[in-house]
Amino acid sequence: MGELFENVLQIQWQQVVMWIIGGMLIYLAIKKNMEPALLLPIGFGAIIVNLPLSGVVTQVHDGVTEVGIIDVLFNAGIANELFPLVLFVGIGAMIDFTPLLSNPKLMIFGAAAQFGIFFTLSVASFLGFDIADAASIAIIGAADGPTSIFVANFFKSQYIGAIIVVAYSYMALVPIVQPPVIKLLTTKKERRIRMEYSGRKVSKTTKILFPIVLTMITGIIAPKSVALIAFLMFGNLLRECGVLDSLSETAQKVLANLVTIFLGLTVASKMQAEQFLSVETLMILCLGLFAFVFDTVGGILIAKLFNLFSKKKINPMIGAAGISAFPMSARVVNKIGLEEDNQNYLLMHAAGVNVSGQIASVIAGGLILKLFG
Amino acid sequence: MFHIDALMGVLPKALLGWMGVFIVIMVIIIVIYLFNWIFSKKD
Repeated sequence: MGELFENVLQIQWQQVVMWIIGGMLIYLAIKKNMEPALLLPIGFGAIIVNLPLSGVVTQVHDGVTEVGIIDVLFNAGIANELFPLVLFVGIGAMIDFTPLLSNPKLMIFGAAAQFGIFFTLSVASFLGFDIADAASIAIIGAADGPTSIFVANFFKSQYIGAIIVVAYSYMALVPIVQPPVIKLLTTKKERRIRMEYSGRKVSKTTKILFPIVLTMITGIIAPKSVALIAFLMFGNLLRECGVLDSLSETAQKVLANLVTIFLGLTVASKMQAEQFLSVETLMILCLGLFAFVFDTVGGILIAKLFNLFSKKKINPMIGAAGISAFPMSARVVNKIGLEEDNQNYLLMHAAGVNVSGQIASVIAGGLILKLFG
Repeated sequence: MFHIDALMGVLPKALLGWMGVFIVIMVIIIVIYLFNWIFSKKD
């Protein structure tokens, strides 16, 4: 009889804490609809890897190693960067760059909104994280799951589990994190600035050449980012070429969903209590928020600077949409704009800045790999 | 507790990185304007 329940005596309080964390992530996914595609498998994974002597992770019994399936998946898909890159094909196929291509200068705000990444990198170093971990933590500010996973894995960060959970959690929390920062940095008058949308037509040739040329430019400057940018842009090329509709649809739906299922569960391999429960995880939680806040600050301040020199004023809130959390950030900006003036539709401008943030975050990730790798 | 030396070591590269994002983006903006100018007439 004792044999049946001997494992109960192996339960440690740290594992119970992880069960609660896993449960909270599942609650947030289901009840609050916060990034459910990722938080639910991550939450469930956090529970199963923290069961005592769990068979899903590698265990050593009497000198015999039993490799767990989660570790198999991690080595097959995350350690070699496969899952985030394949997911990027799906994401690229989902993105419509037309609002950006019709008004390219909006890309400046996408670049500005990557400020939080580099500022956080400096602060993390100041707080004692080594350069690899500081760079991995800073990339939370990219507000983009695959880029965060890619960079953190490249640097072999020991905090990859915490980084990924924090990145996806804050992406889901953008509607809560950004509005107070936007309202603090802008006046009511600025928030009421109207922007007309011209909707200039973009040629099909431009839409086809854009992903190819962007990949080449970025790849030449930051060669380590070629995998990231190329897979994103390949997905977009599938969408825009006009002759591969079935592949584009597969990439957007089946492929993206399939990889997401495995990605979420596999990330949990780094959420074992002994790795996850530490002061450093709390610091990463704070630094992740810091990165998101200062991304928003960077975007808005550059927009306000632009207004000092431009006769045609732009609404500085669209700078906040440069954070790569697509499409939530654009919707947040549009919503605040309508609250101030119910005739001021900023969505198309904000969407243009938002997709430029996606590109800029991948460029930022590539430059971090180049400068600190 | 605070690592001033590490901060001073990282700061120039961090600034360079942010500037680098702007530079790459500026190049891409120019290329897009070029494409819009060339192909809006032909399509």
